[in-house]
Amino acid sequence: MVEYNQLIFEVSRPGRVGSSLPVSDVDKINLQELLPKHLIRQEAAELPEVSELQLVRHYTALSNKNHGIDNGFYPLGSCTMKYNPKINEDVARFEGFSRIHPYQPVETVQGALKLLYELQEDLAVITGMDAVTLQPSAGAQGEWTGLMMVKAYHEQKGEKRTKVLVPDSAHGTNPASATVAGYKTVTIPSNKDGLVDLEELKKHVDSDTAALMLTNPNTLGLFEKEILEIAKVVHEAGGLLYYDGANANAILGKTTPGKMGFDIVHLNLHKTFTTPHGGGGPGAGPVGVKKKLIPFLPVPRVDKDGDRYVMDTNHPLSIGRVKGYYGNFGILVRAYTYIRTMGPEGLRQVSESAVLHANYLRKKLEPYFEAPYSQVCKHEFVLSGSKQKKLGVRTLDMAKRLLDFGYHPPTIYFPLNVEECLMIEPTETESKETLDAFADVMIQIAIEVEENPGVVLEAPHTTVIGRLDEVQAARQPILRYTKEKHKETVKS
Amino acid sequence: MNTRVEGRIHMTNATANLLYSKEHEWVLSLGENRVRIGISGYAQHQLGDIVFVENPAEGDELTANETIGTIESVKAVSDIYSPVSGTVVSVNEELESAPETINEQPYDAGWLVEVELSNPEELEALLNEAEYQAFINEGEE
Amino acid sequence: MTSTYRYLPDTKQDQEEMLALLSISSTEALFEDLPEEIRLDGELNIPEAVPEPLLLKKMQQLAGQNINANQYPTFLGAGTYDHYIPSVVNHMISRSEFYTAYTPYQPEISQGELQAIFEFQTMVCELTGMDVANSSMYDGFTSLAEAASLAVAHTKRSKVIVSQAVHPESRAVLKTVADGQTYIIEETRLAGDVTDLKQLEEQVDQNTAAVIVQYPNFFGSIEDLAELKKIAAAKGVLFIVSANPLALALLEAPGNLGADIVVGDMQPLGIPMSFGGPHCGYFAVDKKLMRKIPGRIVGQTADDQGKRGFVLTLQAREQHIRRDKASSNICSNQALNALSSAICMSALGKQGIRDMAQLNFEKAAYMAKRLKEKGFIIENQAPFFNEFIVKLPLSVKEANAKLLEAGIIGGFDLGSDYGFENQMLIAVTEQRSKEEIDQFINVLEAVVNG
Repeated sequence: MVEYNQLIFEVSRPGRVGSSLPVSDVDKINLQELLPKHLIRQEAAELPEVSELQLVRHYTALSNKNHGIDNGFYPLGSCTMKYNPKINEDVARFEGFSRIHPYQPVETVQGALKLLYELQEDLAVITGMDAVTLQPSAGAQGEWTGLMMVKAYHEQKGEKRTKVLVPDSAHGTNPASATVAGYKTVTIPSNKDGLVDLEELKKHVDSDTAALMLTNPNTLGLFEKEILEIAKVVHEAGGLLYYDGANANAILGKTTPGKMGFDIVHLNLHKTFTTPHGGGGPGAGPVGVKKKLIPFLPVPRVDKDGDRYVMDTNHPLSIGRVKGYYGNFGILVRAYTYIRTMGPEGLRQVSESAVLHANYLRKKLEPYFEAPYSQVCKHEFVLSGSKQKKLGVRTLDMAKRLLDFGYHPPTIYFPLNVEECLMIEPTETESKETLDAFADVMIQIAIEVEENPGVVLEAPHTTVIGRLDEVQAARQPILRYTKEKHKETVKS
Repeated sequence: MNTRVEGRIHMTNATANLLYSKEHEWVLSLGENRVRIGISGYAQHQLGDIVFVENPAEGDELTANETIGTIESVKAVSDIYSPVSGTVVSVNEELESAPETINEQPYDAGWLVEVELSNPEELEALLNEAEYQAFINEGEE
Repeated sequence: MTSTYRYLPDTKQDQEEMLALLSISSTEALFEDLPEEIRLDGELNIPEAVPEPLLLKKMQQLAGQNINANQYPTFLGAGTYDHYIPSVVNHMISRSEFYTAYTPYQPEISQGELQAIFEFQTMVCELTGMDVANSSMYDGFTSLAEAASLAVAHTKRSKVIVSQAVHPESRAVLKTVADGQTYIIEETRLAGDVTDLKQLEEQVDQNTAAVIVQYPNFFGSIEDLAELKKIAAAKGVLFIVSANPLALALLEAPGNLGADIVVGDMQPLGIPMSFGGPHCGYFAVDKKLMRKIPGRIVGQTADDQGKRGFVLTLQAREQHIRRDKASSNICSNQALNALSSAICMSALGKQGIRDMAQLNFEKAAYMAKRLKEKGFIIENQAPFFNEFIVKLPLSVKEANAKLLEAGIIGGFDLGSDYGFENQMLIAVTEQRSKEEIDQFINVLEAVVNG
């Protein structure tokens, strides 16, 4: 088969079309008469000109060069790449959901508002919080929304606190969100067990601490056993506890952030609640809060007035709007459908199975890779490629070798506090056969590193393209196609 | 920095007259209160393939130990701290189109800026080559 | 946990084998490190599981409690529009190799997504007339706020001026974002239906980082970007334009009129209204700002054989590397919707997008003309695209209630955001037929004549 290697612009030929528009049934307009010349486009935007079949072939060919969960195992740690149910996709496309306008009169969108209201309620139960906003578009936006509420809360009490604490194993979005919310980040080191070092924490917590951001289980897949003590330390200093819900897949129906003492939680619906990752998005990052923070929730809020669902904007202490309209509604529809599919027992089994799978896989791999932490893991675990590095093979090389077997590699080089890190999250939707087959391949690679490192160092061997020159891409960026000289670079 | 690589400076005659900061910048005296600043061979090695340099502009006032720009590699970014105080009198514009020069010739064509010192006494606080090498070795322990 | 759930594959035997390897008798042992006090006593208090056929029915019913644009023609716009979406768009984004993938961290098995985004970036650059575009932002509103933050960081100035003719929700999000940082927002009032140039000129000073306008503005009116740019340029201020990408098919590209940053939402091109989201913010800049742009960017490069390929690039800007020094915290974006709009733009093509924009101009002009003939006042003085303001002799609420009775979704009430009593913002896209427009006017006329 001849490999497809064309840009849509290279397929394009003048005069072809891939769509059809109605003929105008009203009076013609001459833009020259309507607008001053300098506001009329002089040169048409160079969009592609292709037939519908060419369009279909192009994007089908591209899809064939892409690996999704439906293609194979995708144990990307901290991303919870579980199966994306098809019913969710069907439901989100119902015209009653997809073709409604955000400013329609509330009486014409009662079904949508009911769904939002019930989802708020369900997520409040699942997180142990008192109220939930569905507005944030993704986890990072949820973090920022939460921190803006932290800020409003302290300011309301007449306090100006300046720092947010994050553990060294935290996602990059935690410190970045703190900065965007106007806080200074203080990093708390982990102890040798991979957990928050309580003594270090105590040293840093003071009257200037606005909040501690934590994910539990943490990014190493370990449960912070001292969570109640941690909460106490932060609360006694007047700070708040923020739960990064990236790893909520381990706790459904077992515990809640509320029970652990957290005041604010965001969830990633595209992780725990099966909405598709979409090649990078859209996701959704709802935020739940304890009672004392309810006044600060973003507007609008979905509320119930008797039997009628309403949009409520009258909250004077609210941090305001964080996004247009009411959040990523289409994503919220999918998550709602999933929660209804699973019910309470189903969700509990999700976490039990996710944790069982992670521990099982870890046990199988431990003899072959350095496992830096001995504690039982939750939904994910980390290994270190330090043993292999001594033999001249890096984690990156092993990740590339996995591609040859049709697997998406685990998250690599994160968290930062583990050398040559591999972070593996198998999820509950994978069968035992898949876990066994993946373990076999990982073991094979570990053996290859010892016996035939070249095959790993030169991987991948079977992909449509080899390792790409990222240095050149960043030095002389080519960020768009240019017809005349498509090798031309955009220079800074 | 959490990746550990060999920490040797390739000592040459060219580097023997330099002064160094603990943030891995070198300073070369050009006479008459004027110095040239760059990053050490050790620093460029740690960063890996450098893809972009954000230098200060001519005329900018620098304060010792404050950030004056950044150096980016593909997967890392590092602040540049000024080892001295003064005014930027010249900027290495070559680096805009060829940032890899820092990797290739950190002590020569890969220099960053030239500065007119406002407080020449600050030079006394910097390390000489042997002291800098000892400082790196310490970090490598 | 013998499987009664179709997403959970473990059989009793699987489970026993896994537990055996771990030398434990039940999964409870894996949760023993949870302190007793924090464990849940019973199941979560949420509704019970619903089997697929019943759930489909239930969800259909819920969807049926909403009136959709296929049932009632809609004249609502105000940032979200009912446009034609070629069938091919949904078919292509339903390829699960696209939608079940995540961020293309492993380029060797993500060339499809990476190339599609590279093409998307190119199309955004073409429409906006800018040098560089990123792979998407959450929506047009947050994109605008990020543009303001970029301008503040780049210029090291602390004031951002935004026209009141910019979408009220954009301004609201901007205010929230600015509250978290150290810059202030000043609004420029209206001169009729466009930005007041005189006041703007007085407001712009040496401490101004950016001037933000919308094109066409919230009222559909086409601002004169050339005049606005002159004012911004005089004080070295960055010029940020929030633009409707469909309108750009026929309007001069903001990049050719001096814009430094162009943002907006791709929703009009291939993305369903979906009650306001997910849509897709876009973000395009002049090349001098290339390394300051937020979010992910795809670049072209080659593999060791010299074969063309695509990678995520300029990553040193992003939160996963820069952490607390990052100027934006965006991580997940709206990639699948960027794909939708790229497919839609490819389907429409170079001429099709112009035809579609022309239809929008014409339908709105027709409706405005007809309303005028019937004695209604059209408030727009400037030329408008597919939206305009009509003044009614009754409240918009009453008018919309009557329209709803007649099976029509009426326009946007400008009362609460602008205090423009009895003024309705009407959007007329290519989806509205002459017949629907005439019917709308007949209903209004009947109401007025009593």
